[in-house]
Amino acid sequence: MNQDSFLFEAFVFLAAAIVSVPIAKRLGLGSVLGYLLAGVLIGPFGLKFLGDPEALMHASEFGVVIMLFLIGLELNPAMLWRMRSAIVGLGGAQVLASGGALALAAMGAGLDWRVAVAVGFTLSLSSTAIVMQSLRERGLAQTDAGRGAFSVLLFQDIAVIPMLALFPLLAAAPLAPAGAHATGVAALPAWAQTLAVFGAVAAVVVAGRVLVRPLFRYIARTNLRELFTATALAIVVGVALLMQSVGLSPALGAFVAGVVLADSEYRHELESDIEPFRALLLGLFFISVGAGVDFGLILAQPLMIFTIVAALIAIKAAALFAVARLFGRSAPDAAMIALALAQGGEFAFVLFNFAAQGRVIPEGTAALLVAAVALSMALTPLLMIAAERAPRLFARAEERAAPERLEHETPDVLIAGYGRFGQIVSRLVSINGFAISILDHNADQVELVRGFGAKANYGDASRADMLRVAGADDAKLLVVAVDDQGKALEIVETARRHFPHLKILARAYDRRHAYEMIKREVDGWERETFEGGLRLGAKALRALGFRAHQAERAAGLFRRHDERQLAEMYEHWASDDRDAFRAATVARQGMIEDALKRDLAEHVHRAPDDAWDTESLDEENARLQGGG
Amino acid sequence: MGRLSRKVLILFAHPAYHRSRANRAMAEAVRDLDGVTFHDLYEAYPDLLIDVAREQDLLLGHDAVIAQHPFYWYSAPAILKEWQDLVLTHGWAYGRAGRALEGKLWMHALTAGGPQESYGEMGYNRFTVGDLTRPFEATANLCRMRWRDPFIVHASHLNSNQALADAARRYRAQVLGLMREKS
Repeated sequence: MNQDSFLFEAFVFLAAAIVSVPIAKRLGLGSVLGYLLAGVLIGPFGLKFLGDPEALMHASEFGVVIMLFLIGLELNPAMLWRMRSAIVGLGGAQVLASGGALALAAMGAGLDWRVAVAVGFTLSLSSTAIVMQSLRERGLAQTDAGRGAFSVLLFQDIAVIPMLALFPLLAAAPLAPAGAHATGVAALPAWAQTLAVFGAVAAVVVAGRVLVRPLFRYIARTNLRELFTATALAIVVGVALLMQSVGLSPALGAFVAGVVLADSEYRHELESDIEPFRALLLGLFFISVGAGVDFGLILAQPLMIFTIVAALIAIKAAALFAVARLFGRSAPDAAMIALALAQGGEFAFVLFNFAAQGRVIPEGTAALLVAAVALSMALTPLLMIAAERAPRLFARAEERAAPERLEHETPDVLIAGYGRFGQIVSRLVSINGFAISILDHNADQVELVRGFGAKANYGDASRADMLRVAGADDAKLLVVAVDDQGKALEIVETARRHFPHLKILARAYDRRHAYEMIKREVDGWERETFEGGLRLGAKALRALGFRAHQAERAAGLFRRHDERQLAEMYEHWASDDRDAFRAATVARQGMIEDALKRDLAEHVHRAPDDAWDTESLDEENARLQGGG
Repeated sequence: MGRLSRKVLILFAHPAYHRSRANRAMAEAVRDLDGVTFHDLYEAYPDLLIDVAREQDLLLGHDAVIAQHPFYWYSAPAILKEWQDLVLTHGWAYGRAGRALEGKLWMHALTAGGPQESYGEMGYNRFTVGDLTRPFEATANLCRMRWRDPFIVHASHLNSNQALADAARRYRAQVLGLMREKS
């Protein structure tokens, strides 16, 4: 592919996505369907811009790897352990039930039993990309049903390994699906293979525990965001390569790496840094699936294709529903899992093509199956929309989402910025028994806090997803204590938009910054140097001979005066009439000092002392005595 | 109480000390006495944030307590009330187990604005200083402390430096008397 055609294709992809995805979203169909339609649009049966959808699909499969890494990041080992019965039980039963039923159906359709078994089990796998993307987009990934669906997908990813070992029965050529599995270790004896697999997983776990955090800390100190992103990508790619070399699914390896890093303070940052790659690559992947749908074949044999798709979805959904019910899932959850996972997976494309090349199954059959799987994938978003229209089903799914979150340690207060300012706030609040969760963009600070066992994460608090992972859904209060003025405003805006229930207290740099905070309707703000200056001013008064209490009152009155004046000036400032504000500022500049002096004279040196002073009373008494 | 000399804690409460002639003269007269701890409450707690443990330790280390303050509104400046509320805790100062202050002496040293004759049934203050200090007396009683009648300076009588010096001297004598008083 030369440079020009590469740029041209890139432009076509992006343009197609830009055109179709927003429309699909607007229509409530979700981005997945939008990308699929974009693929159809530019594919061989649309505008014919796209030469080789398959090559693109292999390239973009890396999006699935990144997605699994991100999913891993959201599941720490403890949560994964809690899901073990769902993964092995629900997932295992699903593969056996769906695979068996589909194999029987294939035999019924006249395939040789070995071919039927291979086809059946291949079709029992679902599309991780489509399911997870659709679940996430609908906010269902964290519900019981979403977790259940994910458990099944995870098991499917593991199940690919034995399947690959058994499927050589099918093919004359060794099966080495590009972008998914390699055969480097396959030449070794079984025990060595096993050893290599465990060694690789152990290496990922140990490296994740021991090496990655110092590495990130080192990188974070450079303050170069792109370097952090590069490191994150390098880790994911490296893990994928390692896993591939021992014959494991790269996606599975990335998932393990994600889980290992789920407890790290860099989790937030990792998520938000590589999220765009996931989104774009998955988008490409979906486009390639859309482009790969063979409309010629479908139009030629519509009835046949329709039958296969209907049978595939019906059999898988029925098996999934039955299995999910068997494992104690409620009917709505089971229905949700069944509909979400009823499509064929991307693995099927790879396998069927190789099977066809090895002449294990007739090319015509393989093409039919590939088209059917692509169609079933395209139908998934529609199936989920249909499920969503059954309101009772989803209302209940969402209800259950809440207690699930409570299993995490729920912070009362989110503190963005753990510098000199945030530390004081954090210590005061936590020492009084409130659970805090800290977000900071300084790796050393985060390391320090975590050393004390506090909940702290490395990341950018102006990102909604970071606030969420830090616990914004459950927290009552957000304290914005970062020193960067613009960032502080961004955080306030993000929090207001995404977490309207949060009370927000903000550190303001100065007067103008305080105006910005008032404008954003924060629940409280404090100029960062005001109190310190005031306290030192009070000490100056003491050093000059004021009594402690007198200095205290003078400082207090100064604060009151200054805050009232700030509130008044805000009205001018907020009127958006710059000239009026400037005029008022200038006009006040002269008055401020006078007014304050007057105030202090009245309040500190006269008024309170009037009450406490007996001078006038003594005079009156003296007069009375003189008179009496 | 076989000691020769009691240790006296003076709880001084005046929010505008720098303006007070009488209290300053009185304070100057006693603060340097051996066995007297002069504790300036507004100076120690300008934010009214009383350190309870420290205050209780101080009480334990003394045998007599003098609350020296102007007689604001027939009572004491706000910080002394705050001090009472926080320091005289149940189970420590009063109640079945509250015996920390048992037997200690409690006295007020007051500067009152009105002349002596104004305090009485016929005066414009209607009540005697003894009547008006009953809440303090009841407090001392509940804390098993021994009440001593207040030492009173009427500011109206301090119309000369001589009168002021006299008042200060009398106060010093009163404090010394309290220190040497037989149990």
